[in-house]
Parts: sequence; structure tokens; C-alpha cells
Amino acid sequence: MASMLLTSLRSSPLTSVQTAQFAARSLSTSVHLQAQAKSKKTLAKPGMKNIVLVDGVRTPFLLSGTTYADLMPHDLARAALQGLLNRTGIPKEAVDYIVYGEVIQEVKTSNVAREAALGAGFSDKTPAHTVTMACISSNQAMTTAVGLIAAGQCDTVVAGGVEFMSDVPIRHSRKMRKTMLSLNKAKTLGARLSLLGSIRLAHLAPELPAVAEFSTAETMGHSADRLAAAFGVTRLEQDEFALRSHMLAKKAQDSGLLSDVINFKVPGKDIVSKDNGIRPSTMEQMARLKPAFIKPHGTVTAANSSFLTDGASAVLIMSEEKALAMGYKPKAYLRDFVYVSQDPKDQLLLGPTYSTPKVLERSGLTLNDIDVFEFHEAFAGQIMANLKAMDSDWFAQTYMGRKSKVGAPPMEKFNTWGGSLSLGHPFGATGCRLVTTVAHRLQKEGGQYGLVAACAAGGQGHAMVIEAYPQ
Amino acid sequence: MASARLLLSRSCCSAAKTVTGHGQRSLSVSSAVLARTHVSYEVKDNVAVVRINDPNSKVNTLSKQMQAEMTEVMNEIWGNSAVKSAVLISRKPGCFIAGADINMIQACSTAEEVTSLSQEGQKMFDQIEKSPIPIVAAINGSCLGGGLEFAIACQYRLATKSKKTILGTPEVMLGLLPGAGGTQRLPKMVGLPTAFDMMLTGRNIRADKAKKMGLVHQLVDPLGPGLKSPEERTIEYLEEVAVDFAKGLAGKKVTMEKKKGLVQKVQDYIMGLPPVRKQIYKTVHSKVMKQSKGLYPAPLKIIECVQTGIEKGNAAGYQTESQNFGKLAMTSESRALIGLYHGQVACKKNHFGHPEREVKKLAVLGAGLMGAGVAQVTVDKGVSTILKDTTQEGLGRGQQQVYKGLNDKTKKKSLTTFERDGIMSLLSGQLDYRGFENVDMVIEAVFEDLSIKHKVLKEVEAVIPPHCVFATNTSALPIKDIAAASRRPEKVIGMHYFSPVDKMQLLEIITTDKTSKDTTASAVAVGLKQGKVIIVVGDGPGFYTTRCLAPMLAEAVRALQEGVGPKKLDSLTTGFGFPVGAATLADEVGIDVAAHVAEDLGKAFGTRFGGGNVEVLKMMVQKGFKGRKSGKGCYVYGAKSKEKTVNSGAEEILMSFKLTTPPAVSTDEDIQYRLMSRFVNEAVLCLQEGILPDPVQGDIGAVFGLGFPPCLGGPFRFVDSYGADKLVQKMKRFEEVYGNQFTPCELLIDHAKNSSKRFHK
Repeated sequence: MASMLLTSLRSSPLTSVQTAQFAARSLSTSVHLQAQAKSKKTLAKPGMKNIVLVDGVRTPFLLSGTTYADLMPHDLARAALQGLLNRTGIPKEAVDYIVYGEVIQEVKTSNVAREAALGAGFSDKTPAHTVTMACISSNQAMTTAVGLIAAGQCDTVVAGGVEFMSDVPIRHSRKMRKTMLSLNKAKTLGARLSLLGSIRLAHLAPELPAVAEFSTAETMGHSADRLAAAFGVTRLEQDEFALRSHMLAKKAQDSGLLSDVINFKVPGKDIVSKDNGIRPSTMEQMARLKPAFIKPHGTVTAANSSFLTDGASAVLIMSEEKALAMGYKPKAYLRDFVYVSQDPKDQLLLGPTYSTPKVLERSGLTLNDIDVFEFHEAFAGQIMANLKAMDSDWFAQTYMGRKSKVGAPPMEKFNTWGGSLSLGHPFGATGCRLVTTVAHRLQKEGGQYGLVAACAAGGQGHAMVIEAYPQ
Repeated sequence: MASARLLLSRSCCSAAKTVTGHGQRSLSVSSAVLARTHVSYEVKDNVAVVRINDPNSKVNTLSKQMQAEMTEVMNEIWGNSAVKSAVLISRKPGCFIAGADINMIQACSTAEEVTSLSQEGQKMFDQIEKSPIPIVAAINGSCLGGGLEFAIACQYRLATKSKKTILGTPEVMLGLLPGAGGTQRLPKMVGLPTAFDMMLTGRNIRADKAKKMGLVHQLVDPLGPGLKSPEERTIEYLEEVAVDFAKGLAGKKVTMEKKKGLVQKVQDYIMGLPPVRKQIYKTVHSKVMKQSKGLYPAPLKIIECVQTGIEKGNAAGYQTESQNFGKLAMTSESRALIGLYHGQVACKKNHFGHPEREVKKLAVLGAGLMGAGVAQVTVDKGVSTILKDTTQEGLGRGQQQVYKGLNDKTKKKSLTTFERDGIMSLLSGQLDYRGFENVDMVIEAVFEDLSIKHKVLKEVEAVIPPHCVFATNTSALPIKDIAAASRRPEKVIGMHYFSPVDKMQLLEIITTDKTSKDTTASAVAVGLKQGKVIIVVGDGPGFYTTRCLAPMLAEAVRALQEGVGPKKLDSLTTGFGFPVGAATLADEVGIDVAAHVAEDLGKAFGTRFGGGNVEVLKMMVQKGFKGRKSGKGCYVYGAKSKEKTVNSGAEEILMSFKLTTPPAVSTDEDIQYRLMSRFVNEAVLCLQEGILPDPVQGDIGAVFGLGFPPCLGGPFRFVDSYGADKLVQKMKRFEEVYGNQFTPCELLIDHAKNSSKRFHK
């Protein structure tokens, strides 16, 4: 696997490979390509509405604590929403509904969708709600939109996601909170004084938002390290994959492929127009880092993990009918999707392994039918573990109750414009980035089917099949 | 009943029988390397990976074979200049090395033989300690006794952070001591106080605690499923990590010494002062004397070994260790404790075969102390359980008890709060019989009254499916009387739990002549799942345990009437080795329960169960002195659980029932033997009458259920070691004064007449 990765990295520049493929396809002389005829011509289902992705945008994803540091989450979400309005030119009142995903919520804006929509100048007659499902929150927002349209309740829905890690709610300790709440109710001065007197130094210790799984108290990085070890993923493999992600992201950024990124004028600061976490390094530099979670013998390091990120994304989802009626040229069809969940301790990050075969089965496709894979890269070790799990008959039979493996996606189709490791991973916003990227890659590369898959805290996972809109 | 807790359920030393197969080896002409069955090794990148695996047992033990092969392998490794370091690892998922081979020690007939076994062990570990190349012990699963001594002789230790990984020196619980250098190395490694704590309590230490104590250097996380099963992959991973560390040690990239914190440095300095050490020896000695009443020789010998090693140097220390080990192995206390260990292992098996249907859903009737306790140990093992009571208050109290029991485990960190919640979700508290149509077993723990039990039985039988077992938790009512109301007596069985259910290990299962074998198998299976040590006895008033206890308590009441104060009575019984004194025991059991049982059994067995006047107990109950639960019994219990003073009200009652003290049988020793002999005689009678199937279960029941002195090994082993003839003589003397309460039973007389007759071989 590792060697394969490296060759794909080192050998030919990506674009040339693609060009070669396009050429081959247009001539359709290659036996190789003929063998890859799709199982199905389209995934449209009789009697079901076609639901389309009209467009998608995102703010640049920044390392937390950088340029966005003084904003609030709804500011970021607002920027993405405004960017979507600009990009699509959709009349604000035409939007029936807004759904947003967010993981760590600012208490003041717990329904961040509504606050951001109002701030972005949407009609106050457009209802908005916020969903949360860890790293697949905006996937959940999009599928909620799909549900609303499929059920005939809406025609035009904006979905998106936001995460703001530069500021997180840090609370007083439970004891302190209890005292303060009682203080509100205390009627007499004496009662108040005695409550104040009950405060001890220890009560002042703040409570940080949990970075650990609630059910197991294990941090995600720790679980990822164990997962990598369970599948025998080496440090070298992880570093190679992380380096690949950064190099591909850099290439995509430099060649202007990341067209979903909008410019964002941050109040009091310059216009931000680029992701700032893309840092192609060298294997030697990466090898020097110490493990971040399991010390001293672990394999997950800061360099092969996704970093804390600020960012927001938004997509416009419509029924095909409505989109065409409004004169849009949609980018892709949103087809079948699944959510899965498994053991949050030992299989926390195996969502893609479980969701991929399930969604393919639902669509009647095989892995070979997929031209574009966009998997959420939480940790390089997690991706490698998922690839190994997907390629194991034993795992499929023993843990998934399937007859055989689904197979591992070919690397030349996999996250070729970078991924969460390099572009960044604002928990609530990543899902929309994945879907928009699939649409853009399908357009650019001329494929028909794309697959999005992601893992999430709580041992959950998601996958969605996306079909290119005929060009 | 601390005694029951003294012997925890685990294998510190395994008694696995060495299966034949070595015979073949001596015949074969293949090379020595091929012939090795227990220890193998391969060299990976200059690291020798030594893998141990006893092919004939579930656990690895330091048997002769294992030791011989290990020595051979180590010599080959030391002779190979290409090998720069070594890793020692077990191939068994749940066990590193569980200890020395008990059978090997038991096979010795003299102290000298055992001493030389100890010396061989010392010598082997000495070589390991002085190894020219670093050796990394990679521990996954139990690492106990000799296994731990092996590990601490190695230069570096890794342990998996798994619940199955436990370290400890449980030898003391078998009346022995860590005889292969443990008493010498442990104090140097973890400090004097911690070493004493480990060796004198024999407690299990989890891996994370071991890391904090400095017993292991690094922890390795257990893995989940990957391309292999979690167990298999975890061992592989442990080996990979260990090999890395071994390379690091060989290349001096990893240091063996742990950086000492300030606290540690201060502690080391203080321990360096001879007067401080002297004070520690003194304190530990007096603590041991207070707790063991001097009845257990092993703890004292452990102190002696440690002290000699530290004060007089290694050579003297090792010599004392091996000699004391030999001496201890020959003591009756050690034999008794080892006997109990074997008995416990035997009572943790289902001798009635697999039940036709596994119990997947269970119902408990009555949410009292017992009912809730049974529910707790059942849900704890993942069986969904209905807890039914008749009142909301009773039910609430019971559910709170279960919650508290589990929550206490989270405080001790043996359970996470999340696991606790998951377990609680298996418990369904209710007031009606909803869902009983899907229940596989009902255990009733309602009030001890035959008519109530009959009523409940009939109600339950109307709603349960035909295969459902009805178990009744009673301490004295004959099961056949309860079963008389049943339409399906073959499905009725007795399951006598002991309070508190989550702490007491014993379960006494009572079968009637109508109980089917499958019903018994099912009850035993449930009990084993609940983690119980199980004896299966025949039906009759008081079955086995209550029946043995009743005459002893009657004798205790008589002693009280004769003017022996409750405190004196307690000290006499604890001085004999009972963990709880007779007066305190009566308070714990409940004076009302004791009165109830005494009256019932008195009716059933007649004057043999006489002695103390039942009216004493009844009067106490009338005055509200029901024991601990009412705050007053023989003692008055203060708000804090430890405070207790003699209840003057009870003393007044005793005064009004005062008996004259017969001087011929009233020395302290006489009183002890009066109590003891009635207990023992009744136990032997139970065997004679067929209530008890064998002496092993009799011993286990008495020790684990009633707190019979573990150092005596149970009533039957006591008769064997004390001598039936001596006991009969004593009883005859008591008989002259008190009559038939002290008439030795036939079986006991048989044994007295023929000294070659023994209950245990």
C-alpha cells in the first residue's frame, strides 16, 4: 500500500494521468476502460424526485487561533451563506429552509443556523435549524435537506455546517455552577453570604469541553492510534499518506481546483482567500515528531492527524425540476445515502468501512463503478485502517456479517485534491466540502459516480453516492 | 465475613494436572529444540523473543518442565553473541504466568524438598536478574506469584492496560510466601510499605496501578478488532512494542531507571533510616497479629524474610526465604488453605451438565436486601432482570441498592459510569407480572413464611412459561414444603444466597428428590454466571449451612446465659479463627431471623438443637433488639458503622435467663470447643445423612458461607487435622454435662475409632 502511495505521488503529475485518462475515454479504445462499464446507467428511480446539488461554497479553512480568532461561529456561517448567495444568485425569499451542522456549540447561538441566516440577510420568514452528529453534522444537514425535498415539503433548501475552534465554551465547575444558580434563588443576604462562603478554591477550576468520547472517556487520537495498531498500520504508512494529502492539496490549491473556496473579508483584517493548513513537509521532518497520544510507542502524531480548524460551508440543494425551472445548471445528483454506527470503543473510526458496502448495495453499484472517492481524513492511521478493513474478507465476515469484502478504493481516485488532513477539518463543515468536491471532481474528470464516506465520534459513519449531472 | 473475601477467586497457582505426553518425548530421538513444548524462541533483529505456552493447560505455571526448558532456552540465548536483548512473552491471551505449580509443591513430603524447589527458583531468577543482555517482560493477563517474581527479575516490564492483566503475590492466601526472590526484590522495587501491602494481602493489582507503583515501566493498550481477533492482535502488538523497547534498551536509547519524583526521593531517604524501618516492621507485625490472631504463620514469615534481606543482606535474605518457604509448605494452615483453593476451583464448575436452555431473562421477586442483591449480581453479568416488588417504596429501595452497588464500583474505577448505566438498563423494576411470560428463571426472595411463599409460587406459575425454573431463596424452610404448592415440582429448586449477596461468594443450591437434573444444571449455570462458588446439597430443615450454624448459635446463647459477655464471646470465637465473633454474627444475621430459625430447627431436630433458651432471642426481638438492622442487638450500634457498645438491655434479658456456669466445661478453650464441636458434629451428620454430597462441598460451604476459620480449612479438614478421636473425647466430656447436644454422630465416631479414616486424602 505504502509503496503504491509513493509511486502515485512521485511518478507522474496527477494532471497528466488524468489527461491520459480523458483522452483514452474519449477515444474509447482502451480495453481497460471498457471493462469498467457501469453497473447502472443512472441512479434515477421511477416515481422519485431527482434531487440536485446546485452549488457549494466554503470559507477558507484556517488553523484555529489564526485570522478568524476574534469571530463567532455564526459569523463564519454567515460568510458561507452570503458566499452561496453570491455564487448562485438565488433570491433570498426562494429559500424554503436552512439546515446547519455544528458540533461544539457556542451557547449564545445554539441554533446557529437561524442566527447566521438572519445575519446573512435571508428572509426572516425562512425557518432554520441546527443539527449535530459529530464530524458528519453537515452530512446530516444535507440529508435532512434531501429528506425535506423528497417528502415534498420543500423545493429549495440551503444546508451547511460550521465549526469554530478558536473559541470554545469553557464552563465553571459543576459545583460552582450549582452555587451560582442557588445564589440566584437566595432571598436573604445571609443566605447569599453563606452560599458565597461555601465556595472553595477547587470550585474555581474550569471545565474544558470534552475532547474525549463520552461513553469511553478515550480521546479520539488515542482511539485512532489503537485502531492503526489493530490493523498493523505503520508510522511510515501514516506519514506517507499524510504527506500525500498535503502534496495533493497544495497541487489542487495551486492549480485553482478548490473553486468552492470563497473570499472572506474578516472585519479588521485582510481578505482571506486560501486554506492555511496545507504544509507539504518531508518524510524526514515528519519522522522527527513524537507520538501525540500514545507515548512513547504510538504512531499517531500531529503531522498525520487533522488539525483543529475554523471554517464554514454551505450548499444549495433543490429538486431538479425547480432548479431547471429557475434556470440553474445543477452540478450533481445527490443519490442514496446511509448512516451506520458501531462499537464506539474499538471501532470508533471505522464508519467508512461499514457505510461503503451498504450504500453501494443500496445503489446497486460496485466499488468499480465509482470514479471519485472523497473520504474524510480524520487521521492518516484511520484512513489506512479503513482501507485495510475494506480489503479484508475476514473483517467483513467476522464483524460486518457480510459474505465478502467490498474492496479498497484505488488510490488514483481517492482524495486527489487533498483531504481533511491537509485542507483542515472544521467538524461541522467538512461534509459539505466532501460533497462539493465530489461534484467538482466529477465535472473536471468526467466521471459518473462519486462516493463520500466519513467517520464520526460516537462510532457513527455515513456514506453517500453522488451522480454527475449530465454536462 | 471477611474470611470469605480472604480467598479471592483466582488462580495464583494453578493446579492443572500435567497431562502425559512427556513420556513420548523421552522416547523420541528428535533434537532437543524440537522436543521443547513449553518454551520456544526466535531471534528477530538481534532480539530473542521467548514465548511461553503450556500446551496442557489454560494457564502457564512454573512447572518443572517449564523451568527446565526456560533454563535451556536462556542458556542458548546467552550463548548467542548475535542476541543483544530479549523479550519474554506468553502466547496465551489471558495469562502471562499464573504462578508456581501447586502440585509440584504438594508432591513434596519434607520442608527440605520444598526449600530446594525455592532455591532452584531463586537461582534461575538470579541469572535472569544478572543477565548480560536486557530482558523485557511483556505481560498480558495474570502475572501472579512466581510469574510476578519472574517478571520483576527481568530488566524491564511492559503490561497491557487490560482488565485481565493483574499482578500480585497471592501466596499468602495459600499460607505460603513468594519463595523465588519475591520477598527480596519487591521491597527494593516498590518500597517497604507497598511491598508489605502486596505480600501480606495478596491482592490483585491492575496494570495502571502497577505502573503508578513502579512495578511496570510502560503500559500498552489492548487493541480492538483488526485483521485478526482482538486477543491475538493485542499479543502481537505487545510483542512488537516489547521488541522495540528491547532494541532501545540494547542501544541505550531507553533507560531502565525511572526518574524518581521528590516524594519518592524523600520516601527513599526516610526508609534508609534504620529506626524508621524498625518501626515499620513493628507496626506491620502488630497489625498482622491483630488481624490474624497469630493463627496464620505465613504473614509473620514474610515479614521475617523481608527484614532479614534488608537488614542482613541478600545472602541471608534469600536463605531465610527458601527455608521459610519450605517450613510454611508443611504447615497445616497452608494445607488447609490449599485445600480450600482446590475446593473452590471444584465448586466453580457445573457438574450437572449444560442446561437445555440458557437463562437469558431472569426475574427476582422481592426487592429487599436479598432480592436486590441477587438482581445486582445478575445484571452485572449481562442478564436482563426483572425486579418485582409489591410496593413502590420497596421497589425504589431495591433499585437504589442495585444502583449504589454498581456506583460504588465506578468509584473504585472497576466500572465506568457508562458501563454502570448500561448494566442498570438491564434492570426492570416493576410491581406487576408484566413480561414474566418470557422469563427463564424466577428467584423469589420474599418474606420467610410458608404461606406467603405458596401464594407467590401459585401467582408466578400462572404467568411463567412451562420451561421456567422457580428458585426459592430461603435460609431454612424445606424446599419440598414450598414445592408442595407447585404444579411442576421438578422445576422447583432452592437457591440460598448469603448476605450481602454482592460480597459473599457462596451459593447453596438445594435440590429435592423431585427436582430435575436440568433444573439443577440451570440453577448452577446461573449461579456460576453470577460469580458464585456453589455447593449443591440435599433438602431438609436448614439444609447444610443454616443447620450447622444453628447449634453453634444455640451454644453461643447458652454461653451468654452463663455469663460470658458478648465481647468475651466474640473474642473467643475470633480467637479461634472465625472472622466475625458469634455475638456480632447473631446481630448481623438478625436476632429475629436467628430466633425464627432456632425455633423451626428446634422443632425439626428436637433437643439436639437446644442449649441456649430460644426465649432469650424472642424477648430480645420483642424489645426491638433485632440486631444491626434495628440499631440494637447484643450491641448498640452508633451512627458511625464501627462504633458499638454492649447493649445493657440485652444484658438485662440475659440476666433474667441466667444459667449457672458448670466449671468443668467453662474454660476459654472449653467454650471455644463447645461452639466448634457442635458446628462440626452437625456438619459431619449432614454428610452422614446424605444432605452433603462430599466433604469438599462441606468445607467450602462452611468457610465461604459461614466464615468457618479458613486456617482450619473447613469442618471436615479440621476433623482430619485435629483428630476425630480427640474431638470425640472432648465432646464426651461436654456430653456428660449438657447431654445429647454433644453426642458425637456415628460417622464421627467411626473416624475416631479408625484413625486411618479421613475425609480428605
